[in-house]
Amino acid sequence: MARLTAENTELALEIIARYPRPKSALIPLLHLAQEQDGHVTDAAMSQIAELVGVSAAEVLGTASFYEMFKFEPVGRYMVNICTNISCQLMGGEELLEHAESTLGIRPGQTTEDGLFTLEDVECIAACTEAPCLQVNYRYFHKISNPQFDQLVADLRSGARNDIPPHGTLAKVRQRIPADRRAGVVTPEDTAHPVWLASSQEAQS
Amino acid sequence: MSTTEVPRIITSRFDHEDSHTLARYEATGGYQALRKAIGMAPAAVFDEVKAASLLGRGGAGFPAGVKWGLAPAEVWPRYLVVNGDESEPGTYKDRLLMERDPHQLIEGVLLACYAIGCGQAFLYVRGEMALAQEHIAAALNDAYAAGYVGRNILGTDFSVDVVLTWGAGAYIVGEETALIESLEGNRGMPRLKPPFFPAAKGLYMQPTIVNNVETLSNLPWIISNGGEAFAALGAETSRGTRMFAVSGHVKTPGVFEVEYGVTTFRDLIFSPQYGGGIRNDNAIKAFIPGGASAPWFFEEHLDLPLEKVTVDRAGSMLGSGAIVVMDETTDAVKACLRVVRFFARESCGKCTPCREGTTWLEKILQRILDGYGRPSDLALLMDVCDNISPGIAWPPKQTTICPLGPSAVSPIASAMERFRSEFDARITQAEQTRISVPVAFPKAVTHA
Repeated sequence: MARLTAENTELALEIIARYPRPKSALIPLLHLAQEQDGHVTDAAMSQIAELVGVSAAEVLGTASFYEMFKFEPVGRYMVNICTNISCQLMGGEELLEHAESTLGIRPGQTTEDGLFTLEDVECIAACTEAPCLQVNYRYFHKISNPQFDQLVADLRSGARNDIPPHGTLAKVRQRIPADRRAGVVTPEDTAHPVWLASSQEAQS
Repeated sequence: MSTTEVPRIITSRFDHEDSHTLARYEATGGYQALRKAIGMAPAAVFDEVKAASLLGRGGAGFPAGVKWGLAPAEVWPRYLVVNGDESEPGTYKDRLLMERDPHQLIEGVLLACYAIGCGQAFLYVRGEMALAQEHIAAALNDAYAAGYVGRNILGTDFSVDVVLTWGAGAYIVGEETALIESLEGNRGMPRLKPPFFPAAKGLYMQPTIVNNVETLSNLPWIISNGGEAFAALGAETSRGTRMFAVSGHVKTPGVFEVEYGVTTFRDLIFSPQYGGGIRNDNAIKAFIPGGASAPWFFEEHLDLPLEKVTVDRAGSMLGSGAIVVMDETTDAVKACLRVVRFFARESCGKCTPCREGTTWLEKILQRILDGYGRPSDLALLMDVCDNISPGIAWPPKQTTICPLGPSAVSPIASAMERFRSEFDARITQAEQTRISVPVAFPKAVTHA
């Protein structure tokens, strides 16, 4: 049971401070928890609930709506194969079948060595590059069966260590320097925007 | 097709390896529109966008200038929310714009905030798009450091934070009120309109403008070159240029920026510079003109221009600029099922006709495909469709809060209208198979 590390808690607070209402940070914080542990733990959800000031049930309520959040351990590599219309027309379902036999698992399952979880997913916006797939949300375009097997072999051997473990999305985080920060605008900040006011004065 | 020189407005930097960097952006005119705009009155910037007649590029095609004008006067604060949750099947353009030219989008966001008076902007990127998130994060960090975003932008009193935020896998969040729910930390379920039109009651019940990534990416060019220059391109109600993804059974699938309103479907699908024709020179069977939600088009629609009103009148929509081409080898029942299955999987569950109806549609189509179809199934399909979208007409009516449910009706209505014989054939086949199977029940005994 893992709560967020001290460093990640610090980061969580920084993220919360960007939103007019703390609960708006919920999804980014759940991603942070998933990045830390590979999936979203109950302990992390309880802590996130405390951080944003809602109940743990509300956190789970939101989290369980979104497909990317996993509540049990998954493979180090999430292999998501698109079978939606553009990919289906170009062999996405056949690629999925091939992936099932290569990995020896069905969609939703994880290999025994804990390396791969397979999913058949909806359109991932690479329709002109069909059939396509993602590994931990990194794109692979126009994948043939031999290319898929090579990819799996490379991931197994560690040759593709440029792909971070499941949970990590962007490798660069937004950082707003204190001296450049315009500041959060809450619904209670009902003042007329300054630049509208000053330009109106300039016009009149 | 127009042969005059049409500028590439939003994809102008795509050929550069480093198109996502601040250095490349500044070297190619980047942030000059922002400089120009803050020398203008916000209302004048607003007027340029109105003059451009820029239609929203997310799917509904609502004029951006009109949408901005719907925010009630003197109600503050206002928010800007960027819809980067591209997930309509067949659609592939916003991801490219976010990955390859994030500064152009950020500049568009700043121009919108300046013109509308938004106090804060939230850039919501689809969860699955890790590289887009990465490039936007890096671009924002550089833009903050360079003084383009944040407090006292370029030394003026214009101040606005642009916050990168992201989703976690839910198609429905592309619907603007669902996106707002998601941004408030909730399940992404649409709100009822009225009363919850975002421009009036959006994020935290404040006036909120939700604009698509491609829509906003057009703003730097519009401000630099003037709204009239933009409106001079294109035709009728469809001005400027637009990105279209051509996928499926074409020789050279790709994403192309073309003049809006003038270029035809035939150009995009068959011209060597675009789709290059149907694979193996097969015949075209059907094509989806605007993403999975759109009714299908056929050969006789090829010469229609990519123009909003024309396509609407012809019974479909340009939607999100996604053209999916099916050749003669395509199994209409299978393709129809795949699109319907998508909507069944992505229904948020809030409205009964959609939650139950799309699931029924998927199951019925699946059994037809699997060879267990019943003669009554086709009427049942249409009945369920009618419950979701009364009259099964275009534009669709709906018994649901948002258009997701009716979107599942489009492919069925299209496929049944045109390829009814394929459905019939599968059911007849099923009937014959069933007769050949020994009947398990004892025959009724007739007593003398």
